[in-house]
Amino acid sequence: MIYAPRLPRLGVFDVWRDAARALASNDVAADSVNWAMEEACDTLFGQGAALPAARAMTVPKEFIPLAKLVCASRATGAHDLLYRVLLRCRNTPHLLNNRADPQVQQLTALAKHVRRDMHKMKAFVRFREVTPQGSNRRQFLSWFEPDHRIEELIAGFFVRRFADMDWVIVTPEVTTRFDCGTLSHEALASDRMALSDDTEDLWRTYYANTFNPARLKIKAMQSEMPKKYWKNLPEADLIPDMIAQAEARVLQMQQTAPTVPPLRAARILGRLPARPEQARGQKPD
Amino acid sequence: MAKMNLQEKLAVLSDAAKYDASCASSGTTRRNSAGGKGLGSTEGSGICHAYTPDGRCISLLKILMTNFCIYDCAYCINRVSSQVQRARFTVEEVVHLTTEFYRRNYIEGLFLSSGIIKSPDDTMADMVRIARELREVHHFRGYIHLKTIPDAAPELIEQAGLLADRLSMNMELPTDAGLRTYAPEKNAEEIRRAMGRVHERKLAARDQTHSGRRGAKFAPAGQSTQLIVGADGANDATILQSSTRLYSSYKLKRVYYSAFSPIPDSTAALPLIKPPLVREHRLYQADWLMRFYGYEATEIASATTGGMLDLTVDPKLAWALANRQVFPVDVNRAGKEMLLRVPGFGTKSVARILSARRNGALGYGDLTRIGALVNKAKPFITTRDWSPGSMTDAENLRARFAPKPEQLSLL
Repeated sequence: MIYAPRLPRLGVFDVWRDAARALASNDVAADSVNWAMEEACDTLFGQGAALPAARAMTVPKEFIPLAKLVCASRATGAHDLLYRVLLRCRNTPHLLNNRADPQVQQLTALAKHVRRDMHKMKAFVRFREVTPQGSNRRQFLSWFEPDHRIEELIAGFFVRRFADMDWVIVTPEVTTRFDCGTLSHEALASDRMALSDDTEDLWRTYYANTFNPARLKIKAMQSEMPKKYWKNLPEADLIPDMIAQAEARVLQMQQTAPTVPPLRAARILGRLPARPEQARGQKPD
Repeated sequence: MAKMNLQEKLAVLSDAAKYDASCASSGTTRRNSAGGKGLGSTEGSGICHAYTPDGRCISLLKILMTNFCIYDCAYCINRVSSQVQRARFTVEEVVHLTTEFYRRNYIEGLFLSSGIIKSPDDTMADMVRIARELREVHHFRGYIHLKTIPDAAPELIEQAGLLADRLSMNMELPTDAGLRTYAPEKNAEEIRRAMGRVHERKLAARDQTHSGRRGAKFAPAGQSTQLIVGADGANDATILQSSTRLYSSYKLKRVYYSAFSPIPDSTAALPLIKPPLVREHRLYQADWLMRFYGYEATEIASATTGGMLDLTVDPKLAWALANRQVFPVDVNRAGKEMLLRVPGFGTKSVARILSARRNGALGYGDLTRIGALVNKAKPFITTRDWSPGSMTDAENLRARFAPKPEQLSLL
């Protein structure tokens, strides 16, 4: 008998958990389960057999946070692997602590990718102000393209941080709204939005000036801020010129002869209280 | 001179602040504004919101309140004798930039530093006013790092510590003699005394009051400092010794190492050099070994040449190559301290090894899955199915790890 649980775009963890509990508590082997997202529904297995009634079962407490992350993964076979590890956890309670186990290692790697995707979303979402005239709450809008299905996992971060304003984060598949203190998600296909606001000029000024041209480390930048994010970052189109001019700027600094101190320098230094214990201009020991 | 607008001031005052390496926004108390009042949150780990092509992260809005300065530190772009353009933010301007950048998710908070104007007390008082305005008027719950001025009155430092997450004072030069030569207005003793006062005040904040309540948190993310590398003649062993003293005496959270970097309008007293970036990197690695791997500064120094860290191999590998008599280490039996000394094993790998080997003896392949750098570790370990044989003591072992020579660029 083949079971084919279908996972929705929103609330995927809850549906996976209920199905996995029903299957695992009845000892259904992993090879008899075909996990798939709803939109990718194929006709080969259809809806599969009806799930059996769930019986009581326990899982190690580290499993739940891991499962929430892995359920958001777009990697092929993620939900299947999660179920396989769940089955093995029943007989091997400390399985998840064994990173040398190939399945555990794969599962933690999947979770790590999702966690990194969440971290990058916290970092690289850029809000643009869209407050209409006369509104008593400020309103902000952002477009972001995450790798995994993390919209629900990440929303709490933005709620805890930006609760005194209304905001919307649009991704290609989900729109997250925070409106007058209420959070909602909607599975909605959207096209990329090109957004900007006035404060971006100040931000770009800051970005360009906080860069030190004498320390060019392009690889270090790109490993942390891969190019795929650049098109939605208001500062990123400055990067090519910053890199191109860096060497010339440093050369200029080195070739410019030291200037004469401004007149006020001597006046100001003369006014400072003398420090008897340290003579000025003494050579290091 | 025409009045500068906000954008022009921001250009000058962020350019003037960038030589401070610190951008950490982690390790403070957890706060949020989910209740609907106030702005911002801190949740343990910091977030880098952007990276510039110098590979450094932008986590905080790092600016000077003003780059006017009455001191004459040779390495500094803002010294009184420099012809650099000067500017000064108003309190409102700094608050505006911080909160508007924060709302757009550009930053985690503010790192405010300043040149010394009029007197240390006047400067510190203005910086405290900015922090107070952010915290008390705008209910800003993001991260604030204030540079403290060592000579400022203790009351001002007290207020700064209650408003900010982190306080820092930059030593800048690793030796007192270097400081006397290149930063004649600074006083090493005074900086250390001020660090000591902040440390004691932090300890006092931990004590309970007579009513059993805890005192208000004081600089919950601790204090840090910065040492410039390559400006004076101090060698790496001296620098690491200075760091050890700072970590142990004042319980600093971090010592930052900043390779001396060319500045516009340099002084004849301190010629510009190519910033020693590899040396800076090796110092950070050595610093990590002291803080997380149980190495003493003297042990690291014992594997240096003339007090300078090896630039071609990292300090942990250098120590292992110089102390081969303690290797190979049996991965299945060795204690944590010894596993931490194996090149290629990080703190995470070691924790995973200790946990995984309860399930049975580990083999070579297990270590790869655990995430250890096995290629680096293999001359120094034995596992269930691996023994390095004569590799550990081979004469060409160092050459295995040294990178191939490459053409150097002119700068």
